[in-house]
Amino acid sequence: MGLDLSGKQYRKVPYEEKEALLEEVKEDLRFGDYMYGCYDCGICVAACPSARFYDFSPRKIAQSVAREDVDLFYVFLNDSVWDCSQCFSCDRCPRQNSPGGLITLMREVAVKHGLASAQEALEGYGRVVYKIMSTGTQVSPDMLQANAFPDWGPHVKDIAENLDVWRKALPPETLHTTEASWKVDEKTLIELYLIWHATGVMDMIKEVDEGLFMILQDVMEERLEDAGYDVTFD
Amino acid sequence: MIPHQAIMNKAKDRKFERNPDLAPNADYHDLVDQLEKDGEWEVQRVPEPYIEVQTKFGRKKKIPLQTTWHHKSCGQCGHIPGYSTSVFWINRQLGLDYHDPTDQTSCTAWNYYASATSNAAAQSAVAMRNFAAADESGYFPIIHCGTSFGHYKETRQQLIHSEKLRHQVRDVLKMMGKKLVMPEEVVHYSEWIHAVRDKIAERQVIDMSKIRATIHPACHYHKLVGEDAIFAPEIYGGQRTAIITATLIALGIDVKDYSTWFDCCGFGFRHILVSRDFSRSFAVQRKIEVMKEEADPDILITHDTGCVTTLDQSQFAAKAHDRNVGLPVMSDSQLAALAMGAHPYKVLQLHWHSTDMKPFLQKIGIDTDKAWAEFEEAVAKLRSGEKQYLTWEDCDE
Repeated sequence: MGLDLSGKQYRKVPYEEKEALLEEVKEDLRFGDYMYGCYDCGICVAACPSARFYDFSPRKIAQSVAREDVDLFYVFLNDSVWDCSQCFSCDRCPRQNSPGGLITLMREVAVKHGLASAQEALEGYGRVVYKIMSTGTQVSPDMLQANAFPDWGPHVKDIAENLDVWRKALPPETLHTTEASWKVDEKTLIELYLIWHATGVMDMIKEVDEGLFMILQDVMEERLEDAGYDVTFD
Repeated sequence: MIPHQAIMNKAKDRKFERNPDLAPNADYHDLVDQLEKDGEWEVQRVPEPYIEVQTKFGRKKKIPLQTTWHHKSCGQCGHIPGYSTSVFWINRQLGLDYHDPTDQTSCTAWNYYASATSNAAAQSAVAMRNFAAADESGYFPIIHCGTSFGHYKETRQQLIHSEKLRHQVRDVLKMMGKKLVMPEEVVHYSEWIHAVRDKIAERQVIDMSKIRATIHPACHYHKLVGEDAIFAPEIYGGQRTAIITATLIALGIDVKDYSTWFDCCGFGFRHILVSRDFSRSFAVQRKIEVMKEEADPDILITHDTGCVTTLDQSQFAAKAHDRNVGLPVMSDSQLAALAMGAHPYKVLQLHWHSTDMKPFLQKIGIDTDKAWAEFEEAVAKLRSGEKQYLTWEDCDE
């Protein structure tokens, strides 16, 4: 079934609420660089990988924002932005727009406000957020488990079974890790936690996944306290 | 009637020359330097000796030869460890000084493009913390991941143009006793490979002249802040980035074109982890099958974490649907190291890949059974406790 652009599915959401979210996107410091206006030419769609497999159009999203069509913007904010591949093939826009960048801003606003659609899109993704925010690296060797990547082939099982010894069989000393992609200093991790704290990222996590927030809060507060920082994420 | 021949001749005779003065935007070098003069930040200069290359609008970009701080990639180190190992191995073979830091975090951009659970201030602060760590070490950052490379260029643009963001990030770094330091250039490792390709070719011990290859340029390399990607008049007439292609040509490889060259790999950031049906479909139908049908390559070479991952790992499931797959995939660093005689399993670590490398390896004269037996022998010593780790010296035995 294609995307319902009528907006009927969100008729109960007050117009002012939708409008405020659009305003928040427009207020981002990057907005002026990402959205100059739209020729409606469709070059972005021709280059877009997601447009080939989903009912997805960077042109329509750019148009909705350029025309400030609040109801249509809200449909895309919920039902479309998570299909974007974030490859930025659409940056070849002749008007110098970045529809992909615009979508990043829209996603950020969706997360910040804990929209149900954002929560749904990120279901199953929490372990990745946990890994990056707590270890400072995103995809660790121990994530390679046959049940997580059955479609990648039998070598995944081989890797999982031989993980410890195959990591020791890597000449760079920094790569002997299994729970993180490389060895990260404790001091470096503490600095990363301070960044999450100072820039409000933990508040975003709280909105979109409270359970994950609580786990991260425990890990980070304890380590920060051990390092002599009196920092809480409440 | 359309005068095809006249048009073709005209195109052939046309000489395309880049003129930096006609570039559509300001040169970031000037802007970065101006902010240094204004006392907004310090600039870490590219160490000498460096190699100059040309970017999209004909501007010059400095690529450091050595004294490099290797900003590693999550996906490479985690899931394709022979990728970064090969970069280090080449440095060692060329006798170049480099630093593999532990005072480095991920750029966190894979997560950001997948989940948006971050913001401009956090992303810039992560970038500038890593840059400050590089500066403190006395080594110049070289970025292994294409997404880190692209994202850091985005971050640089944002920091240049927003005083508010700059000051916010400066204050965050101050909390941890770090300065705001912008590197003179943001350099991707494949640019370094490109810059030293003749040195690599001088040390080539494996003949690759019978090899046909297709290449996939990473989107976040040449589309995200695309002005900062390497272009060369002699490669595709200067109409596409020269990255990877020039390296392969230097190694004597026949680089074949295909019609979906510009398409992405299907990685999708979020999709590759939680919605892989899209990634698999795109990688197979828009890239692998097109390459096989139009170019029939022996190997596909790319230069980014996500691209190697998606193009390599997506082919297994497609076999069940009788799709036209079975194309080995590796990075330019792995191929360059292989050409210089690196061990396919101790250095390239090809057993972490999904696609079958044996036909390609055997075509260039490598005894794959012998090479695997050598790796197994080394692993047996690790299992028995005779050795703790495989060393660089073990790789060259």
